[in-house]
Amino acid sequence: MRARNRELLALIPASLLVTAGFAGVFIQRSNSLSNVSLTYGAIFLGLCVGAHFFIRMTLPHADPYMFPLVAVLASFGIVMIYRISSTFARQQAQWFVLGLILFVATIIVFRDYRKLERYRYTIVFVSLGLLLLPRVPGIGDQVNGAYLGVHIPGVFVFQPTEFAKIGLVIFLASYLRDTRQLLVVGARRILGVTLPPIKHFGPVVVIWGLAMLILVLLHDIGSSLMFYGALLSVLYVATGRLSFVVVGMLAFALGAWYLGTHIAHVHDRVDAWLHPLNPTLYNKFGGSYQVANSIFAQAAGGMFGQGFGQATLTFPGSGAPLLPAPKTDMIYAVVTDELGLFGAAALLLTYLLLVARGFKTAILARDSFSKLLAAGLTSVFGLQVFVIVGGVTRVIPLTGVTLPFVSYGGSSIIANFVLIALLLLVSDRARRPV
Amino acid sequence: MNASIVRMFGLFAVLFALLLGWTTRWTVIDAKSLRDNPLNKRTLVDELRIKRGRILADDNSVLARSVPARDNTWSRTYPTGQLFAQPIGYSIALLGSSAGLERSRGDELRGLQTGLSSIFGQLSSRRVGDDVYSTLDPNAQRVAMQQLASAPQLGSPQGSVVALDVKTGAVKVMASLPSYDDNNPHAAGTPTVTTYNRATQAGYPPGSTFKVVTDVAAIDSGKFTPDSTINGNSPVTISGVPLSNDNNASYGPISLTDALTQSVNTVWAQVAEQVGRPTMTTYMQRFGFYSKPPLDYPPDELNASRPFSPHGKPYPPGSSNEDIGRIGMGQGGLQVTPLQMAMVAAAVANGGKLMVPHLTDKAVDQDGRTVETINPKVMSQVMKPSTAQQVTQMMTNVIKDPQGTGTAAALGGIDAAGKTGTAQVGIQGSNLTQPWFIGFAPATNPRYAVAVTIDRTQGEFGGPTAGPIFKAVMQTLLQGHQ
Repeated sequence: MRARNRELLALIPASLLVTAGFAGVFIQRSNSLSNVSLTYGAIFLGLCVGAHFFIRMTLPHADPYMFPLVAVLASFGIVMIYRISSTFARQQAQWFVLGLILFVATIIVFRDYRKLERYRYTIVFVSLGLLLLPRVPGIGDQVNGAYLGVHIPGVFVFQPTEFAKIGLVIFLASYLRDTRQLLVVGARRILGVTLPPIKHFGPVVVIWGLAMLILVLLHDIGSSLMFYGALLSVLYVATGRLSFVVVGMLAFALGAWYLGTHIAHVHDRVDAWLHPLNPTLYNKFGGSYQVANSIFAQAAGGMFGQGFGQATLTFPGSGAPLLPAPKTDMIYAVVTDELGLFGAAALLLTYLLLVARGFKTAILARDSFSKLLAAGLTSVFGLQVFVIVGGVTRVIPLTGVTLPFVSYGGSSIIANFVLIALLLLVSDRARRPV
Repeated sequence: MNASIVRMFGLFAVLFALLLGWTTRWTVIDAKSLRDNPLNKRTLVDELRIKRGRILADDNSVLARSVPARDNTWSRTYPTGQLFAQPIGYSIALLGSSAGLERSRGDELRGLQTGLSSIFGQLSSRRVGDDVYSTLDPNAQRVAMQQLASAPQLGSPQGSVVALDVKTGAVKVMASLPSYDDNNPHAAGTPTVTTYNRATQAGYPPGSTFKVVTDVAAIDSGKFTPDSTINGNSPVTISGVPLSNDNNASYGPISLTDALTQSVNTVWAQVAEQVGRPTMTTYMQRFGFYSKPPLDYPPDELNASRPFSPHGKPYPPGSSNEDIGRIGMGQGGLQVTPLQMAMVAAAVANGGKLMVPHLTDKAVDQDGRTVETINPKVMSQVMKPSTAQQVTQMMTNVIKDPQGTGTAAALGGIDAAGKTGTAQVGIQGSNLTQPWFIGFAPATNPRYAVAVTIDRTQGEFGGPTAGPIFKAVMQTLLQGHQ
């Protein structure tokens, strides 16, 4: 079957999911099925089918499963957010529409995405600039101790890190495409360790170093993890040299240890990660309350969950949150609470499938830049999922990164749509019959 | 490069496996210990999700029910409020605090026996509790509370009425004033709005009503008969201290029956002394004195009725420090609950068989199946049926005889048996009294026993003050359950 027909068929589960999900929430709330849930479902389906037809016209050969997987994630996200709060769901739906618009725009504007290479320095410096924005007094926005947002009064709030990550990956893919041979050939053994040559690796180190510095200034540890991981990932794909990655990990470990012991709030996060159930830490402001309640929530979920809409999110009576930030950072915990281990596994599987399709695109791509771009974008996406779910499940300390397409957050959903658009562009070119 | 890309995917598979593994750890492996962790408030919140069963009166009217509150939780509401607040109690799941039947029958109300049940048909445990049927009679309770409120007394209304079904031990009335609104238990805590249940917790001097106990001991032990003659002169030295009758009236030689009819203190003090402390103690214990009654009520809301030393310490049963003479006529440091005195009357009424008192008689689950039945059980055989017959005769005389102290309790048409009491409370010379009345009806084939007391009055007597309350409550009970 042709790719686009497969894609259309694959969209059916997504729309069924969203309709059933909304209906479920509605029945929970008002003991009746109402027009609203059917309307939401219909609109969603309409939008997805519309996007599908657009892809049919513009990218006939692109991977057939990426968009449906995204549609499933996004619709699942909207249903979960709707269950938590209907006003936020409306907002998220609006962001979804905006995301689709940018998705379409990206595909149209960057049809020939290879011209991105020409502007790589512009792109990277703009990205670094974007990263700096939250620190600018007046428009910077602090959340939970991290400078994550830019608040343009009266207009909107956005998180530049989400967009910056795409820019940085584009730069990295392009730069390494040019220098990857040189890095391998010119590698020096210093003290028994193989290091890439400074001449060629220098700019990457500088730029990435700047990015890390900015992120540390922003107290956005989660994003720094993500970006650093993406760097190592693309570097490995580009050069094939495991030693570079090992060196990178060591450098990371050193940096992490330093930050962990010298910066108070990083130290707090590590403490909370290691001892979430310590009563002093639990009750301390900025302590382990969030992580502890995240695992309590998951314990309440068990294998099959408590049932959709059944999880306790607030203290009845006072309305105080039992689980802080349920629709952003903690949404994975809510999913596990309500849908259990099976639900969480299904969600993780969906993300893994998307990552698989992304890497498949990278393999099928025929030129180095496309390969590196696809690999880089997929890596940064996959790492984002790992960082937030890892924080919620205590694999790593908790950070303030969003779960792509599922967490509430406009910048996240829009930027990730742009990311997927780029992947589909690469995919179309890659699978085009020669 | 392709090889590297494949390996990258492999890495991500491992990373995601880690995520799944940790999720499994919290959802399955460590789940129980996390749920039991004291920092975890979810179990508490889950308690709020249980729809507790209703508590119903003997006419199936609702005394307590759960209503939906926010966030899928339930909150308790009490349609009768003050009327039944004392026996029903309250339950505030969020604070884990409860009282009364809400506490003592908490497990049934939370449906602990029926296990999982689901309202929304989902794989979650939505529990619905069992309905608990109480034995309380709303009409009689209402009459009791009204009567207590309007009785002549000093200050704001304070008193208690307890009514028992003598054949089954079922508690028909448990009234205590002041009461509180159990829809808002936090407002309680003042002298006029209180959760203190006088029926089960108060330690009152029983006054002459205790003479019934002495009477039973005297006749059942064979030492006396209703026609035995004792010297009723006043004063008489009991335990080295002079004891006098009311108004220091001297009666000369008087029969036991008359001594009960007219409540002659000196006679009963002598009778108690002659019956002897060990025998008196045995009968007291049979009646339930010295122990908390086996009521389906929280133990810390129950008090044992027994004599106390002047220092406030309870005497070990049969202690040689007890002034058995004075105990025999209702003093001697005796502190009793209205429930205990109702049990005294009920034992006499039921041919000497004291039944275990109970506030509830069954629990029914949401599907209508009876999951628990409380059958009438004998608590003790206090006296021989013949003794009960004779004491009943004497108590009937208290009400029937024109010279009797209990004429105000006459039911008109049906013979009732009873005993008045007027305890001196307050300091010497203050003339503060606590009127009492205990009794049962009908005298032939008795059905209900009632104990009434008003905390403090200015010189009022048990007969005229508590008697009418007994009458009103008894008539309501008899009419309602014909």
